[in-house]
Amino acid sequence: MIGNGIDDEDKWLAEGIAGIQHNAFYMHRAMDSNNLREALKYSAQLLSELRTSRLSPHKYYELYMRAFDELRRLEMFFKEEDRHGCSIVDLYELVQHAGNLLPRLYLLCTVGSIYVKSKEASANDVLKDLVEMCRGVQHPIRGLFLRSYLAQVTRDKLPNITSEYEGDADTVMDAVDFVLQNFGEMNKLWVRMQPQGPGWVKEKQDKERKELRDLVGKNLHVLSQIEGVDLEMYKDTVLPRVLEQIVNCKDELAQYYLMDCIIQVFPDEYHLQTLEALLGACPQLQPNVDIKTVLSQLMERLSNYAASSPEVLPEFLQVEAFARLSSAIGKVIEAQVDMPIVGAITLYVSLLTFTLRVHPDRLDYVDQVLGECVKKLSGKAKLEESRATKQVVALLSAPLEKYNDIVTALTLSNYPRVMDYLDNGTNKVMAMVIIQSIMKTNTCISTAEKVDVLFELIKGLIKDLDGTSVDELDEEDFKEEQNSVARLIHMLHNEDPEEMLKIIYTLKKHIMAGGPKRLPFTIPPVVFSTLKLVRRLHGQDGEVVGEEVSATPKKIFQLLSQVIDVLSSVQSPELALRLYLQCAEAANDADLEPVAYEFFTQAFMLYEEEVADSKAQVTAIHLIIGTLQRMNIFGVENRDTLTHKATGYSAKLLKKPDQCRAVYACSHLFWIDDQDGVKDGERVMLCLKRSLRIANAAQQMAAVTRGSSGSVILFVEILNKYIYFFEKGNPQVTSTAIESLIELIRTEKQSDHITPDPASDAFFASTLRYIQFQKQKGGTMGEKYAAINL
Amino acid sequence: MVLVLAIGDLHIPHRALDLPPKFKSMLVPGKIQHIICTGNLCIKEVHDYLKSLCPSLHITQGEYDEDARYPETKTLVIGQFKLGLCHGHQIVPWGDLDSLAMLQRQLDVDILVSGHTHQFKAYKHEGGVVINPGSATGAYSSITYDVNPSFVLMDIDGLRVVVYVYELIDGEVKVDKIDFKKTATVATPSTH
Repeated sequence: MIGNGIDDEDKWLAEGIAGIQHNAFYMHRAMDSNNLREALKYSAQLLSELRTSRLSPHKYYELYMRAFDELRRLEMFFKEEDRHGCSIVDLYELVQHAGNLLPRLYLLCTVGSIYVKSKEASANDVLKDLVEMCRGVQHPIRGLFLRSYLAQVTRDKLPNITSEYEGDADTVMDAVDFVLQNFGEMNKLWVRMQPQGPGWVKEKQDKERKELRDLVGKNLHVLSQIEGVDLEMYKDTVLPRVLEQIVNCKDELAQYYLMDCIIQVFPDEYHLQTLEALLGACPQLQPNVDIKTVLSQLMERLSNYAASSPEVLPEFLQVEAFARLSSAIGKVIEAQVDMPIVGAITLYVSLLTFTLRVHPDRLDYVDQVLGECVKKLSGKAKLEESRATKQVVALLSAPLEKYNDIVTALTLSNYPRVMDYLDNGTNKVMAMVIIQSIMKTNTCISTAEKVDVLFELIKGLIKDLDGTSVDELDEEDFKEEQNSVARLIHMLHNEDPEEMLKIIYTLKKHIMAGGPKRLPFTIPPVVFSTLKLVRRLHGQDGEVVGEEVSATPKKIFQLLSQVIDVLSSVQSPELALRLYLQCAEAANDADLEPVAYEFFTQAFMLYEEEVADSKAQVTAIHLIIGTLQRMNIFGVENRDTLTHKATGYSAKLLKKPDQCRAVYACSHLFWIDDQDGVKDGERVMLCLKRSLRIANAAQQMAAVTRGSSGSVILFVEILNKYIYFFEKGNPQVTSTAIESLIELIRTEKQSDHITPDPASDAFFASTLRYIQFQKQKGGTMGEKYAAINL
Repeated sequence: MVLVLAIGDLHIPHRALDLPPKFKSMLVPGKIQHIICTGNLCIKEVHDYLKSLCPSLHITQGEYDEDARYPETKTLVIGQFKLGLCHGHQIVPWGDLDSLAMLQRQLDVDILVSGHTHQFKAYKHEGGVVINPGSATGAYSSITYDVNPSFVLMDIDGLRVVVYVYELIDGEVKVDKIDFKKTATVATPSTH
């Protein structure tokens, strides 16, 4: 059916065009022979083609353009009075005899425009005449094109301040009146466009109406070009009448288009000064008009205006732009009850963008916008719809980007309240945005208060919010989140120890609610931040006279102990063990022997009870030995207990080679290189001998179980340890002992059941080379080594 | 001329947020032929970042590393040099030259790179050279106070290696260099 319709339309259009061409031919002939009557006759016939009702606007336009071209020629002919001998006044009279209304009116407009130009009559009278007469055509499409033609031909003839047409009687006002009237009539016609024929569809009708909208809008454009229309006139006359027309027509399509037109066509300074009127119209519009887009456009234009001409900023304040816009938006949201939430939030995003551009220093305004948003969101459940949440994220991200500084955003009281309305997933997205912003701008968060606010904001990352569980999360994502939080912790800092401690306490409070999956990520950075603080306090252990100081190393170690204790209860014993050892060293440096001892106790307990994996045990025991080796604070008893434990555990490792290595590592516990350090040669040798026994046992076990004895590597390692202590001057390590061990190794290597091992061979060789090198050194070292015979 | 980056003990995110921006801008992909990393990155992100600088990445296990599959020690040959890599927490006493020299003999390498103490060191002894690139992020260490962020770039050319150390001191990057030459070795298959 529609297919046929289109085909028919094309047919009719073709017929119409043919008709025009046909009559145009004769009209030209008549004009060539200066035959006015004939020319008029054929022009009227030509114009009759425009009387059709069968064409859609798009096709009608094509027809109209043909006619338009012909009318131009006719106009030129009319102007040449000497050719046809008829004065304009008479011509004006003559054309009124045309048979049909529409052709008559086109001809009148054509002549009328020349009439005005001739200045024989007051331009205003002619224009008024024409605009009235056009009322005769009430058919929407025909009427619109006719009036459009009128506007077109009169355009350059409008009375204007600088134009030649301004006389006493003609003022800018009359020109404005003319255009406004034409505009009003055109709008009425446009609104009235009725469905055409059977099978019409609303979408099709809207589409057709849209095709015609520029005809209507053009009038506003013309108005804006009239020079005499200054702010005064715009404010007092133009805008009120246009708005009246817009509101009264009660047509959705028209209202939206024309409001948009006003904003695009007239200058921004005008809008600024007429905000009240403009915004006042908004609630009066039809409920389905997409007013938020209009308002957003307006705010965007005003924002750009402010950005490009900072000198006008005081004007914004003077007209109370922010207050008016804010209130208008509120009213619109209230009036349009069916507006989906995403629409309301989009409006607030536009308002916020405006505020940040125009009044960036007014944090109270920014907070107010957020507050309005909170009000709108309150009473509803958390947002689920993704477009809405996207807009909220945009809303919250805008201040971050503008101020480039999370600290400013933290002072906005409504900021966290808006975040509360996000669903958990989006809350976390926003939290990550905040963290990225902090890291990108290298912002330092320096008070406990700000830390508190910040961690409240990002609480989606810090703990399980109602209704979610950590188990639902993708592991990779979860790790990324928590690592981000861990990195964030390093941005929290204050040089003042008291404040820094407060920060740490606040941090602890938030972190501890994180649950077993989060703590292994978040506790280590807290611990290390705290250890840095302790180091800063070295030497400041006393109380400042008269002041209660809470930042003392002792108190801080208590805090650390509590925190690490939690870690061991959430199945991260190895991590906890390492952190205890770190604290032990720090306590050593702070001269707190009991505290250091306690930390070692905790570490040992974890080792005993929780570290079961044999590889983990090897690493752990070496860490314990390494840390213990550096302790200089322990008295004899404490030291003995701990070294005894360490050596004991070393000997109880699962695999013999591991035992051997751990035990000879323990030898270092009894020989500290500092001047006051322990230098117990005997116990060193005991360890080394013990490790040698273990190495032997390992060889024998290997021989029994595998048929070959493995390599001599352990012996070579122990030999190197002998050499180490020999050089340090341990009297128990004699040159004979070294020679015997060398001999042992040589024998072992030559025996049948040894597996050849190039690595241990090379090691042995380089060890011997080293001895040789030392012998040749001369001086005390050379003398020492002289005793060793290779 | 082979450029080898020696870097480690970043401790991200336990003890540090990220590499210092001045270092990051210096370390660009495509300029370095090998990276040897002493360990304690600690997370995969750092691994991926290092990998993006240079695909030939060698890492040894640090005691805080998230990935537990790195080896305890590693040896590789670059040009005429044999290099050994080990984090260093396994060698007691920590940072002790003689004990490190023992490891060097055990691994049979010309250059031993190890970390853990967060303090840059480069010294030559009878068996070769021991290098500690320090901590690239200036991370807290129980062993060293006032850690300055540092890393090492080695330029291996024939029998000579020039060790450049980059340290961030009071916000400025300071560079120092040390030359080492080794006596000719028996021909070894060289890999670049």
